[in-house]
Amino acid sequence: MAAVHGDVHGHEHDDHHPSGIMRWVKTTNHKDIGTMYLWFSFAMFMVGGFLAMGIRAELYQPGIQILQPELFNQFTTLHGLIMVFGAIMPAFVGFANWQVPMMIGAPDMAFARMNNWSFWLLPVAATMLVGSFFVPGGAAAGGWTFYPPLSTQGGLGVDLMIFSVHVLGASSIMGSINIITTILNMRAPGMTMMKMPMFVWTWLITAYLLVLVMPVLAGVVTMLLTDRHFGTSFFNAAGGGDPVLFQHIFWFFGHPEVYIMILPAFGIVSEIIPTFSRKPLFGYSSMVYATASIAILSCIVWAHHMFTAGMPTVGQLFFMYATMLIAVPTGVKVFNWTATMWRGSMTFETPMLFAIGFIFLFVIGGFSGVICAIVPIDIQVQDTYYVIAHFHYVLVSGALFALFAGVYYWIPKWTGHMYSETLGKWHFWLSMFFFNATFFVQHFLGLAGMPRRIPDYNLQFADFNMISSLGAFGFGLTQLLFLYLVIDCIRNGEKAPQSPWDGATTLEWTHLPSPAPYHSFETPPIVK
Amino acid sequence: MVTNLSKANVVMMKKLLVFTLIMFVFGYALVPFYEKFCEVTGINNLLKPDVLVKENWVDEKRWITVEFDANTRGLPWQFKPLQTSARIHPGEAISVMYEITNDSDREINGQAIPSYSPRFLDKHLKKFECFCFTKQVLKPYETRQMPVQFVIEPGLPPEINTVTISYTFFELPGSGSVATK
Repeated sequence: MAAVHGDVHGHEHDDHHPSGIMRWVKTTNHKDIGTMYLWFSFAMFMVGGFLAMGIRAELYQPGIQILQPELFNQFTTLHGLIMVFGAIMPAFVGFANWQVPMMIGAPDMAFARMNNWSFWLLPVAATMLVGSFFVPGGAAAGGWTFYPPLSTQGGLGVDLMIFSVHVLGASSIMGSINIITTILNMRAPGMTMMKMPMFVWTWLITAYLLVLVMPVLAGVVTMLLTDRHFGTSFFNAAGGGDPVLFQHIFWFFGHPEVYIMILPAFGIVSEIIPTFSRKPLFGYSSMVYATASIAILSCIVWAHHMFTAGMPTVGQLFFMYATMLIAVPTGVKVFNWTATMWRGSMTFETPMLFAIGFIFLFVIGGFSGVICAIVPIDIQVQDTYYVIAHFHYVLVSGALFALFAGVYYWIPKWTGHMYSETLGKWHFWLSMFFFNATFFVQHFLGLAGMPRRIPDYNLQFADFNMISSLGAFGFGLTQLLFLYLVIDCIRNGEKAPQSPWDGATTLEWTHLPSPAPYHSFETPPIVK
Repeated sequence: MVTNLSKANVVMMKKLLVFTLIMFVFGYALVPFYEKFCEVTGINNLLKPDVLVKENWVDEKRWITVEFDANTRGLPWQFKPLQTSARIHPGEAISVMYEITNDSDREINGQAIPSYSPRFLDKHLKKFECFCFTKQVLKPYETRQMPVQFVIEPGLPPEINTVTISYTFFELPGSGSVATK
């Protein structure tokens, strides 16, 4: 993969940077690092996807066919961890690396060498995580939320997972420090905070959330580690600890984490919808305030993940109302996107299709989220496939669709080549169809009571599970089409003009040629 | 200009690193905070003696069956109640004896953790004396009898006729050698 990209950048420019593999190992260029983040997250997406295929293959029919229960549990656990920490988060950091400096008119990220380091930590962490399948006892199998007592009992795989989370957390914190500093200190003259593109705003707020909660995650996994090996009893009831305490600390991290994965997606969609509607974003400042409110609210709703763990009614009511309150700023955003499209001169290229698909499906996921927030209903659907359907609607058709939209939107700027619009449309419609085939039926399974994280199920669930598995296989294969499309774009794509989208107004389209030169904005542009 | 910028960047990085460190400590600070919160709000006080409310009365028209259960987890002890159940009136104080025996040749520290069924029984159960309030240290092959004294308040919902009080003994760190893992 490195070779493919080296080729693309290599023959276009005469820059004096090392070539070959060392260029990628030692690079401090934000564009190179962004590219590496994106390829890394795609590789992890394939690994996590393989695990998902394994899970769905086992669930294709009732009974145990392919995966023994122990291995099935490892698959579900690692699928979650890899997709969250290996695929979605690094992909957004990749976007930030490529786009933030170009969109604010900065020459590079603030701390270029730290940027290199925060990327190269990722393959180390990923190796530990994936490698844990091959240690005695296998990978962690207690779910991606690694609740004790399962996580205090597992074998070497759990230790590898803990170290891997430490390393990934360190990488994220360094990345966030870099992004915050770049955005606050390195904007081009004239670009005030309220003139920044929405994508930059959402990433600024996301980066603050990351430095707020990632250290707490590091703390809680450290407590697990000392409980496991050094005789502490943070979560061990016999020693005076409390396993429910783990859930509180974990979700204090975990709920902001889900917004960390969706706010940059909001940012990407907020760039694409105005471009293809050929209108400025409706209600820009309300978008900024809505994003900030979502971020603040996300820190006081964590216990809605724990309604059945034992909590006073007052606590349940507080967390229920606080959670439902998040629907207000989110509703403001959906309203603004819709109002941006209203009477716009819309065209439906692939980025726009994915952005509109995002709005449709994310709203479904948002509504099922409000339903899950209602305590009596949540007690009913807790740990069922209804919850699985809910968070895949916000993470796959939310975060992932926005990532696809962003790749299609910016790939002409990154590679200097246009992607195949025909293949792009195929990718969208196949993804749309198979995604809904996979996950829509899981709402019904959950309401009928099918529990999550179990490799076998009652016969009454057989039909919907078969549909869901077929959908999942289709969705997985469709993503290979995306891989082909990207490689085809890099190798054979038509030459892209400086701005192939006539509604685009941000700096990378108005000031930089396609592909963006290796060093851009060494003299900052003047923003009026 | 350039040096000013990189100085400003480093200042920013230092601030954010300090913030990161504060949040890491905050994660640990949640532990005592959580314990204090549970103590103040009385959510998790299963291991502390209760004070008898003065205007306590006995509902002599009503009977409740209390079942006693005892378990051990990971330590070589025998643990059983001397009676498996009792019939009492709400509001009536009762004392029940439990017996533990250390079957091994080492000294072991154990801690009993209570568990109730139905779960909300803890709101209506007042314990004045319990072996679970402190750790129990048993010498090799020692046997000990210990009481639990409690009242089930008349406020227990009328549809509840049977409740279960269960204790599980766990081994504490700091026991004699050859600790089980």
